[in-house]
Amino acid sequence: MATDTGISANIVRDPVTEQAELSINMGPQHPATHGVFRMVLTLDGERVVDVYPHIGYLHRGSERLAEGENFQQITTLFDRLDYVANFNNEWVYVRAVEKAMGVEVPERADYIRLILSELNRIASHLLFYGTYGLDTGAMNPVMIGFRDRERIQQIFEGVTGARMMHNYFRIGGVKEDLPDGFVPAVRALLDQLKVGYEEARGTLTESEIFIERTAGIGAIPAEDLLDYGVTGPLLRAAGIDYDIRKADPYSVYEELDFRVPTGQTGDCYDRYMVRMLEIEQSISIVAQALDKLPDGAFMGRVPRILRPPEGDVYVHGENPRGDLGVYLVSSGGTVQPYRLKIRGPSFCNLMALPAMIRGSYLADATVILGSMDIVLGEVDR
Amino acid sequence: MTSEDRPEDSATSSPIEARVREIAGDSAQSIEYSFDELEVRVLRESVVDVCAALKSDPDLDFKYLRSLSVVDWQDELEAVYHLSSLSHPHKLVVKTRAPIDDPWIPTTIGVWKGADWHEREGHDLFGLEFRGHPDLSPLILYEGFEGFPGRKSYDIPEQVTFYGD
Repeated sequence: MATDTGISANIVRDPVTEQAELSINMGPQHPATHGVFRMVLTLDGERVVDVYPHIGYLHRGSERLAEGENFQQITTLFDRLDYVANFNNEWVYVRAVEKAMGVEVPERADYIRLILSELNRIASHLLFYGTYGLDTGAMNPVMIGFRDRERIQQIFEGVTGARMMHNYFRIGGVKEDLPDGFVPAVRALLDQLKVGYEEARGTLTESEIFIERTAGIGAIPAEDLLDYGVTGPLLRAAGIDYDIRKADPYSVYEELDFRVPTGQTGDCYDRYMVRMLEIEQSISIVAQALDKLPDGAFMGRVPRILRPPEGDVYVHGENPRGDLGVYLVSSGGTVQPYRLKIRGPSFCNLMALPAMIRGSYLADATVILGSMDIVLGEVDR
Repeated sequence: MTSEDRPEDSATSSPIEARVREIAGDSAQSIEYSFDELEVRVLRESVVDVCAALKSDPDLDFKYLRSLSVVDWQDELEAVYHLSSLSHPHKLVVKTRAPIDDPWIPTTIGVWKGADWHEREGHDLFGLEFRGHPDLSPLILYEGFEGFPGRKSYDIPEQVTFYGD
């Protein structure tokens, strides 16, 4: 197996059987790898015999950088991990510090966070929907996906002033209250999203070409997925209804009514379908949360300088890609964390990639990789 | 930290506490609570046996390795395993340490396949050797990177020169 080839293709011939194996380098600059991901594929004819993933091209040392910044500043680093689900990332981090400090969050702030995070989940799944269409050869989805995602981004811009790197969640609440007209604007947005959702049905969900392209590939047994630490839509597509919002509820999720969509086989089509059904659920969650959005303070009583007591906490939350965890170690009395470990869902999901691709056709490799919906900012950290 | 912090969790956690005590047995150096999570400290020599027993026990069923972190305590390196069960609402933290001048901990890749990249990352950034791991080649850092940037003793240079030679 040639794993460290510098040239793009390399033929290794078995001296006894005369059988040839071709090794192909894909990435890090390849449009189908969704960022700077690289994998070396070993082929026997058109079949993929082995895959060796390479990551780290976007490593910025976020965990080590966090040790040199104070607790309020670190939120900005979390924006830059999973850069298509910024709110969901910020949320897990601020909850970790809140748990370590024992800070109470006002109910209104909790609802604001929940609404924005669920909208961000929809935006992230829409991005997947668009790019996965491109991966499988359809041009329409990316137009629909980006059009609707843009509408969500505009709401975000109205609330936080930024389209992506929001830095809006604060330890103990949020930066400022919602702008006037937020609730009607989001209600109108939800109606538009429902229309877009119906359009998606015709473009991919019920498209025969798409079903032929994605059904029955990339599936591995659910126990294996769990063993690899795969979470999120990939695990749920295989039939395991593990969603942290239900399994280990946080914030106000228990007060809202929603279900966890699951698939049956865990193939690429199920993964797509689970994400689409999650968009539907998130639309319903946001609508319920808007009805219940209470008045009151948006920021709790928090000391100006945060010094969590000595000890360690592990907090996790349901990111669009799965289980995002933050392990925070405080040495006590310092304004900076002693150690901050980020457990990224894409990072763990990627470990199962070789098992998913092995044995499939080369043309399916990009379809399987696309179905994992990785974000390299959070894989490499 | 204090007992008031975990009133409702102590009710759900106490059954696993007894079971964990039974399984960890003499290997456990200490079993205590940190916030709402039960925490077991073991010697590095017994970490694989304890983890395998925790995973295969039907009452505990820790099939899901949530996270594996390495912490640099200057004189020692610590590996922290966050375990979870999907069939029960259980969580457990397993900790083990290695001295910094003899930094190795046996690999748990035989228990959970998902330990793979976490261990490679720990090896890259902290220089902690997960003994028995089949492939500890650089994952996060590039080939030829010198030093262990996760460690406290590593000075972050003002400017890093990439692409050595």
